[in-house]
Amino acid sequence: MSKDSKNQGHEQNPGARKAGPGGGFGPMGMGMPVQKAKDFKGTLKRLVSYLKPYKLQLISVLITAIISTVFSIVSPKIMGNATTKLFEGLMMKINRVPGAKIDFDYIGQIIILLIGLYIISAIFAYLQGYIMAGVAQKTVYNLRKEVEGKINRLPLKYFDSRTHGEILSRAVNDVDNISTTLQQSLTQLITSVVTIIGVIIMMLSISPLMTLIVILTLPLSGVAIAKIAKKSQQFFKGQQKSLGQLNGHVEEMYTGHKVIKVFGHEQKSIEQFEEINEKLYQSGWKAQFVSGMIMPLMSFINNIGYVLISVVGGILVTKNAIKIGDIQAFIQYARQFSQPIAQTASIANVIQSTIASAERVFEILDETEEVPEAVAAEVITEPKGEVTFEHVAFGYKENEPLIDDMNIAVKPGQRVAIVGPTGAGKTTLINLLMRFYEIDSGTILIDGVDTREMKREHLRSLFGMVLQDTWLFNSTIRDNIAYGREGATEDEIVAAARAANADHFIRTLPDGYETILNEEASNISQGQKQLLTIARAILANPAILILDEATSSVDTRTEVQIQKAMDHLMKGRTSFVIAHRLSTIRDADLILVMNHGSVIEKGTHEELLEKDGFYADLYNSQFTSNQRNAG
Amino acid sequence: MIKLSRFLKPFQIPIYFVLGLVLLQSLAELYLPTLMADIVDKGVVTGDTAYIWKIGGFMLLVAAGGMICSLAASFYSAKAASGFGKLLRTKVFSHVGDFSLHEFDKLGTASLITRTTNDITQIQQVLVMMLRMMAMAPMMCIGGIIMAYSKDSKLTLVLAVALPILVLAIVIIAKKGIPLFKAMQVKLDNLNRVLRENLTGIRVIRSFNRVEHEKKRFDAANWDLTQTAIKVNKLMAAMMPIMMIVLNLSTVAIIWFGGIRISNGHMQVGDMMAFIQYAMQIMFSFIMLSMMFVMIPRASVSAVRINEVIDTVADIKNPANPVLGKGAKGQVEFRNVTFSYPGAEMPAISNISFSMNPGEVTAIIGGTGSGKSTLINLIPRFYDVDSGNVLVDGVDVREMTQEQLREKIGFVPQQAVLFTGTIAENIRYGKEDATEDEVRHAAEIAQANEFISDMPDGFDATIAQGGTNVSGGQKQRLSIARALVRKPEIYIFDDSFSALDFKTDAKLRGALKGETGDSTVLIVAQRVSTIIDADQILVLDNGEITGIGTHKELMESSAVYREIVMSQLSEEEIA
Repeated sequence: MSKDSKNQGHEQNPGARKAGPGGGFGPMGMGMPVQKAKDFKGTLKRLVSYLKPYKLQLISVLITAIISTVFSIVSPKIMGNATTKLFEGLMMKINRVPGAKIDFDYIGQIIILLIGLYIISAIFAYLQGYIMAGVAQKTVYNLRKEVEGKINRLPLKYFDSRTHGEILSRAVNDVDNISTTLQQSLTQLITSVVTIIGVIIMMLSISPLMTLIVILTLPLSGVAIAKIAKKSQQFFKGQQKSLGQLNGHVEEMYTGHKVIKVFGHEQKSIEQFEEINEKLYQSGWKAQFVSGMIMPLMSFINNIGYVLISVVGGILVTKNAIKIGDIQAFIQYARQFSQPIAQTASIANVIQSTIASAERVFEILDETEEVPEAVAAEVITEPKGEVTFEHVAFGYKENEPLIDDMNIAVKPGQRVAIVGPTGAGKTTLINLLMRFYEIDSGTILIDGVDTREMKREHLRSLFGMVLQDTWLFNSTIRDNIAYGREGATEDEIVAAARAANADHFIRTLPDGYETILNEEASNISQGQKQLLTIARAILANPAILILDEATSSVDTRTEVQIQKAMDHLMKGRTSFVIAHRLSTIRDADLILVMNHGSVIEKGTHEELLEKDGFYADLYNSQFTSNQRNAG
Repeated sequence: MIKLSRFLKPFQIPIYFVLGLVLLQSLAELYLPTLMADIVDKGVVTGDTAYIWKIGGFMLLVAAGGMICSLAASFYSAKAASGFGKLLRTKVFSHVGDFSLHEFDKLGTASLITRTTNDITQIQQVLVMMLRMMAMAPMMCIGGIIMAYSKDSKLTLVLAVALPILVLAIVIIAKKGIPLFKAMQVKLDNLNRVLRENLTGIRVIRSFNRVEHEKKRFDAANWDLTQTAIKVNKLMAAMMPIMMIVLNLSTVAIIWFGGIRISNGHMQVGDMMAFIQYAMQIMFSFIMLSMMFVMIPRASVSAVRINEVIDTVADIKNPANPVLGKGAKGQVEFRNVTFSYPGAEMPAISNISFSMNPGEVTAIIGGTGSGKSTLINLIPRFYDVDSGNVLVDGVDVREMTQEQLREKIGFVPQQAVLFTGTIAENIRYGKEDATEDEVRHAAEIAQANEFISDMPDGFDATIAQGGTNVSGGQKQRLSIARALVRKPEIYIFDDSFSALDFKTDAKLRGALKGETGDSTVLIVAQRVSTIIDADQILVLDNGEITGIGTHKELMESSAVYREIVMSQLSEEEIA
């Protein structure tokens, strides 16, 4: 919902299964706004194609549903016969017909027949649900699997341009919506349709006049529902809007809690909250009330039908046009009739929202994937770490080139420092090196091999990377380090941790390497997280290292130790370092100065100072301030 | 769930109304078959058409009455449930407002957000359902039994047998089903988590070539969920048929035993027909009830989570008799302060003693986990110390009100937080009645003027929620301006220059010097260059002060400090 689109990543989302529109609570869910699919037919067809492997099961579901419904439809009429027999016997008694008695043999036979019908109907109803459970859940399982597989094949461009919440909501909430529909609404639809047809036939066989009465009440309820639904949609929209505002306010106030407290704005924030809350209440109760009117109105209209049946039926019996048991049967039919009608109305909504959900899921599945791998892929068996950019051009958007004709040659073992103000687009280079994005023209070569001629997997195995935002998952510290290389031994993990100076702090934790990082990994500090990701990179033992501002949130003293480990690690490896610290920058073999996304200067420290350009300016601002400070 | 019911108290009257109205509505529903029985027994048997019409008209009135009751019940339940939601939200929100950082750490910010929003909405929805549908079942049951009993007490025995069987069936399925539903929720969350990790870590996953691994992880979670979902739905598939069979067999029983009683002249045919309908209505209401238990586990999870928030008591409270500071304005002193985070084995900081005076700049430097942020969080009393005292203006912070204390402080947090609104509004957050000039001046000192004037609306440019439309460095500068406009006695900068490039950093520090004049300034920093000219530098290591002094003094006396400096500056810079 609205909240999912914000606050990426860290959001805990336990209420993912929200009973939103299309939650399918029968008539109670009516009147909520329904999302509509753009291409209903096409999406429906495609969704149906997912059910194809289960054709046999679906046919049996259909058959069992029909059998079970037909049997339950027939029974009221048979039961009515028993009542009629009773009544007739009674009337004979009243009229003192000689030897009059109620024919219990006949009634007994009917009852045995009924019991049989009921049991068979129940068995088939159970079978139907039982089979459908397997079909629906497996279909959804496959759909989820497909989405996950797709996510792994999508280029990073896709993820960078969308929030995680949005993708998550499609992969989880929308798929879940489909699951509920397949499980419940589909069979409901079948039984409803069968019931409606069956009941009409049965009613007609009893009395066409009374059938007409029941059917005449239908448009009445239709009009009532449509009117109310329209009205309630307005309130639901208002409610949705206030809810969105409220969620936004809460999110902002909680994340900014510290600032609010220290600036003493608690009261103001509560006042604002209460204002939105009041608005939510006003539209909320109205939406609730108006949509809640549907049920009473419908049951009233049903009751009108009921009364008419009783009256007309009663008169018809006195005229001997129908039998008394028929009234009883008819009342039961009329009751059975209104329920599936209401159901199909809400199912129509559910199906609409399901198709809209399916469409959103299919949109993910239809996204263009990464450029396919080279057919005859090259493999570098002994990577040396030579990196060459030849006439590379690149831009995130068409017509907005960021890099134009870039040429660099990095020899094995050299260190490249990437410098520039924040937001200068330093991660762009990494995106290109690792082929997270495709370049527009030119070539990037590693050990003389075009990166596009290698498999991505192979290319990436040459790199080790420590990113600015540490990514750790909800598992033990050991597992998080071991992520660097599949099948790493215990000793290797500990050695890597030691090399990253993480071993010590890990051992001071209560559970040591077995400590489970919580979902936001908030049980260790930012610096410690960084150390773990460094350990992970060390374990991977790559030919080329990428350090993306890796040490900026590790404090100075820890950094000294990391730096030592890194220096050791970088020996013999080509490394790209996005750094803030001049000491790192100065020792680099090549400095790339970036601004506004493109490389504006390159060279060694001395060369660049001599050039007296952007870099010199940057460097001097730091240098002069030091001089002043020191002096 | 039950614990939350105390918040229903203000809505007692509407809720009693709802219950009463639902009872009336049920009675009306049940009265219709009784009237129909009259039509059969008195009208049809004697052929009295006029009587049939009369009763028919009466039935319409009863039906209309039932509808009115039902509408009114809908009205009151909507009001009560929405009111309850509103009350609970306000309660939770203002309660969370009283939390100190400690409680935020414990429950997690993201989790607190969902608890205040989604969880309460969930509960509110369930309450509506409870009031409208769940209340119906017992009412129908009571009303139905009364009606049935009044028609024929002996035949009521059929219900006495059928109802317990139905209830038993529901209970058994619920017992089996509820844990499964709960398990399914857990597994769904699990799947969610795996997928979210997959998205947030996509670069890492791809660069380490662990796509296959992630696929397996996802598949395991996916399959696990599917298995449970199949189990749940298979169980649920049994529910309806079982209920229908109980329902249908009892009608059959009614016909059989009713027939015998009719034959013996104890009962009339119309009564039996009415009886069948009572039974149906009672049992249908039970079936409705059983549908609800799908919602109960979800709601109870939400309720538990909300209760957790409400039961969490903020451990920082204002004193009964606050004392006002009499000492020098802006003086801060730590006396033997020790503090540990709850559950931690070791104190985060121990035996910290130092003081800072107006007009002085104090800097703190130290390694990861050395306790720098912890230390400064004690000054605005985000946490309470375990032992020792933190004094501001000569008074223990625990003896002032939090408002008095924080009025003195201009705090710039490590992570710049901005709020939805214009840039000017965000700066004014520090001082609500700041003039335009004051705002401009603060922005200028914070080196924010340049980028603000680059924006199309200047100071009136809107900051999006979470400040997503400004860069990290810009956010930091605005958050500094916000503290500056306050003109506080004490400035606290918690590593607030990290997102700035060298040039801006240097300019900003130059400008700040003139601005902070008589105030006490505390700076936590990573870069030595930022703090090199501070009046005193505290070197923190493992939560203890290992050195206090100026840069020059520390270069000689502190090995830790020297190590830090060496890593950052070249020889000529140090000299």
